[in-house]
Amino acid sequence: MNTIRIIRPGPLTTVQDQGRYGFQDRGVPVSGAMDQTAYRLGNLLAGNSGKDASLEITLGGFTAVFLRDTWFAVTGAEQEARLNNKIIPTWTAHQAAKGDVLSLVFGRKGARWYLAVAGGFEVPLVMGSRSTYLRGGFGGLAGRALRKGDVLESGPPIRPGIFSSLPAEFIPIYSREPILRVVLGPQDDAITAEGLATFLTADYSVTQRSDRMGCLLAGPPIRHKTGPDILSDAMAFGSIQIPGSGQPIILMADRQTIGGYVKIATVATVDLPLIAQAFPGYRVQFKAIGIEEAQELYIKKEKQIALWF
Amino acid sequence: MGHPKILPCGDSAVAVEFGSVIDPLINREVYALFNKLKAEPPLGLIDLIPTYRSLLVQYDPTVLSFKDLQKIVFSFSELSGGAAETVGRLVEIPVCYGNAYGPDLKVVADYLHLTEEEIIEIHSKAVYQVYMIGFTPGFPYLGGLDPRLFAPRKKVPRELVPAGTVGIADQQTGIYPIDSPGGWQLIGRTPIKLFDLDREEVFYLKPGDRVKFNPISEEEFEHH
Repeated sequence: MNTIRIIRPGPLTTVQDQGRYGFQDRGVPVSGAMDQTAYRLGNLLAGNSGKDASLEITLGGFTAVFLRDTWFAVTGAEQEARLNNKIIPTWTAHQAAKGDVLSLVFGRKGARWYLAVAGGFEVPLVMGSRSTYLRGGFGGLAGRALRKGDVLESGPPIRPGIFSSLPAEFIPIYSREPILRVVLGPQDDAITAEGLATFLTADYSVTQRSDRMGCLLAGPPIRHKTGPDILSDAMAFGSIQIPGSGQPIILMADRQTIGGYVKIATVATVDLPLIAQAFPGYRVQFKAIGIEEAQELYIKKEKQIALWF
Repeated sequence: MGHPKILPCGDSAVAVEFGSVIDPLINREVYALFNKLKAEPPLGLIDLIPTYRSLLVQYDPTVLSFKDLQKIVFSFSELSGGAAETVGRLVEIPVCYGNAYGPDLKVVADYLHLTEEEIIEIHSKAVYQVYMIGFTPGFPYLGGLDPRLFAPRKKVPRELVPAGTVGIADQQTGIYPIDSPGGWQLIGRTPIKLFDLDREEVFYLKPGDRVKFNPISEEEFEHH
């Protein structure tokens, strides 16, 4: 069923879901929504399973028209969303009628929005996922970003409109100066004591060279004991590499599966949305926590969501 | 074989590290654990990435605790001690060396004080082992490069390396499956598609496979 037509896609809009797992051993990146929390809550608000495909809309400038009556929700960046030019609340389920126009104007805080519709967007499954991997040219809509005039279909609604809005504590608090909690390792021993202290005390700014693959930061260089190269090994979502320049790179959704630079730490899962929403000029600080603490924070949040939905 | 090292990579992944060098025995341990975890996945296992010397285990900490995962890994890795010798398929890959297809062949020849013909002969005589697949979909990291061909990466990576390009870097050789950036020295190109979603076998090579390169002419490349 045709559900929306894109009038303006903005700088980058792609179809994304929870990610493409099971093929990383053959070099296929996970991809998926950068901000998994906003993506998943949007889906749940639209009455979906939490694994259906949504649109990830980067930096606004987006307009689309609904081609039929449906439920939808917009989550993610702190922003202005309008339906037929009237401001509507985000993190809330809404009903759209055929012909209604949705526009996302700008983000006061945050770079990425998620548009979920009842039934989820229908694009072919590639290796078990509907996520777009731009560099590989597959997944999503023909492996590319959405363009003006694209029409997207959605599946049959499952249980739309059960939840109208979310309790405030579910909604991530995005910041232009996020403090990212990290678990040190697996190669923090390759960094000098001074370098480690720099990493945990300095401010780093998000540079223009950041995309869905990685977030490149600039700030005081972090020095290695001997050198930046390791025998190439695997990456996790949020792995922080320190290349020869000493400037941290946080590996994001479209990260390569394997890389050869020292990894100083990994961002705690609960804080990944904060860096997923960062854009150039944001200032980032790192705070080390233990693995148990990171897991407790994550488990607490997951329990909260499971109880509600 | 002692216990491997378990290194946390954040709250949802661990690297199980069997060593720190490129070694077929260490790599075999990695794949033994990979195969065991794939055959009997514990609840909460999300994904696995095997590499030269380690296995990244991604897991859901709401289902599987770090301690339980550690126990499972230790019990499995004890079983895999002295993993069986496995020999993969021998896959022959045609390569057109040099000129536009291998723009760094001359650079490498000059650096190594060899002729282009000698590089081609040495590179295509060896049988390589696929140690791991990663970086981009289907990229094989091949071990077994003749030490006479060890050459450093480019100082500045290229923004675009065409699909099919064969490169060398340090102790490794490999093939770029899709157009991507890359910092290896490019010595040739194969007309074979290493990653093709329209083919039944999407990935041309598997870990454990052995690879031999066969030199072909530009005419043979064009008409492949």
